[in-house]
Amino acid sequence: MVKFSINNLDIWFGSIQALKNVSIQISANEILSVIGPANSGKTTFLRMLNRLNELQPNFRMQGGIYLSGKDIMKIEAESLRRNVGTVFALPLPLPLSVFDNITYGVRIHGVRNRVELAEIVERSLKQAYLWEEVKDRLNTSAFKLSGGQQQRLCIARTLALSPEVILFDEPCSGLDPISTTRIEEAMLKLKEKYTIILVTNNVKQAARVGDKTAFFLSGELIEMDRTEKIFTTPSDKRTDGYIQGKFG
Amino acid sequence: MRKFKEFIIEKLILSCGLASIFFVGVIFFFLLKEGLALFQFIKPISFLLGRNWYPISEPAQLGIFPLILGSLLVTLGAAVISIPIGVACALYISEIAPGKLKEVLKAGIELLAAIPSVVLGFIGMITLVPWVKNIFHLPTGLTALTGSIMLAFMAMPTIVSIAEDALYSVPKSYKEGALAMGATHWQTIWRVMLPAASSGILAAVMLGIGRVIGETMAVMMITGNSAVMPKMIPFGFVQSVRTLTATIAAEMGEAVVGSEHYFALFAIGIVLFIISFAINVTADLFLHREKTRL
Repeated sequence: MVKFSINNLDIWFGSIQALKNVSIQISANEILSVIGPANSGKTTFLRMLNRLNELQPNFRMQGGIYLSGKDIMKIEAESLRRNVGTVFALPLPLPLSVFDNITYGVRIHGVRNRVELAEIVERSLKQAYLWEEVKDRLNTSAFKLSGGQQQRLCIARTLALSPEVILFDEPCSGLDPISTTRIEEAMLKLKEKYTIILVTNNVKQAARVGDKTAFFLSGELIEMDRTEKIFTTPSDKRTDGYIQGKFG
Repeated sequence: MRKFKEFIIEKLILSCGLASIFFVGVIFFFLLKEGLALFQFIKPISFLLGRNWYPISEPAQLGIFPLILGSLLVTLGAAVISIPIGVACALYISEIAPGKLKEVLKAGIELLAAIPSVVLGFIGMITLVPWVKNIFHLPTGLTALTGSIMLAFMAMPTIVSIAEDALYSVPKSYKEGALAMGATHWQTIWRVMLPAASSGILAAVMLGIGRVIGETMAVMMITGNSAVMPKMIPFGFVQSVRTLTATIAAEMGEAVVGSEHYFALFAIGIVLFIISFAINVTADLFLHREKTRL
């Protein structure tokens, strides 16, 4: 089933074209890894899916993005962003307790019942593989957690909103290998329920977790295919060059 | 030769730095010497809490309690007016206003800061005083409220520009994090931006208040200058009051050097110094807290 369908997408910031005629279909319950060197447009692509790009001045777009068949520009930005959750590169907990960090988003959307909130916290922490580590200190400040735990807290915070799609924007760039493994495990588990799009600078990570991989270069989508194919017999030699580390 | 030049420049800068400290020290010393001399005539407690300020009667009565209350009343009024408007204005400029309008507003606020206080006092006298008089059916429009309104205009530029800085320095990722969770623009402002910038905003408020409490010219022109005990709030606002600053400015010229009156005015200076010092230190603490936290 196709979750996201992007047709002939062009994006400009002022006079700079960040994405050039990108068309891509993203299937549900899969992990799509997006790789490419700096300035390739991969983050712009990701931020398009929850309409964060339009906060930039001089933003302009052409083409269509459809979430489950609906034009996302016609969905209210707030409800779109609730359905399409984001985990950013740096873990960014709010200066609140672990519990309040997770319930923050749901509270904004009107859930107040304590029992319900507690259930949401437990469920999302379990899904983010963090429950065992923090269940006894839900009321301590989120800043007391380690970097890897904070990032999983941010994943739990996103999950608490029960989104359909989760966008990961280089979620492990600031983490140690063990925390990275934890987060990759969580992602592989999460794809059973959610659609995941992972932007990463770590080519090996893309190979480890992605069902499909898309390679971006200078704002163009060079190719997208099953991860095994991209990493063994890519159709474009630029893809091969990037994966081999010939440029980056 | 080059080394010698370096040496000269270094020492020159050092002496400039020392000079400013030296002058502050001398001013402080002078203020203390002249002010504390008062307390050979009168006890500190009856100076601070005395209800009558009749400096040239015989014997002189030098109680500054009504003046302290006058200052506090005018400052309180100005704070109540300028804080909500100033913070809202800062929010609008930093979060909502589109590019061009933002520049225009910022320039406007800076222009407001450039108006000399005597001009504000003058404008207040011509426009605000009759207005207050007619609205509240008062015998005179020279009241604490009039002073508060005018001083709110003076505090506003400070509050707006510093609060705007504080909001601007909130990391963009905070805002994006909240928006990415599906918060609306207003929810983001109210629950993320404002709390994150709170210490900077508090500092802005303190500095604005500091400016108000030290202001002299405008209040002297439009608060009526009667050194009597203000009534309870809110009635105190529609009555003439006199502030600490206005007292010094108005009476220093006619006080006999070396008299009790003369020393009392210096002692008022010490009181003012302590108040503004306390406000600045508080503001600094807030600003510093923000820096260490981020």
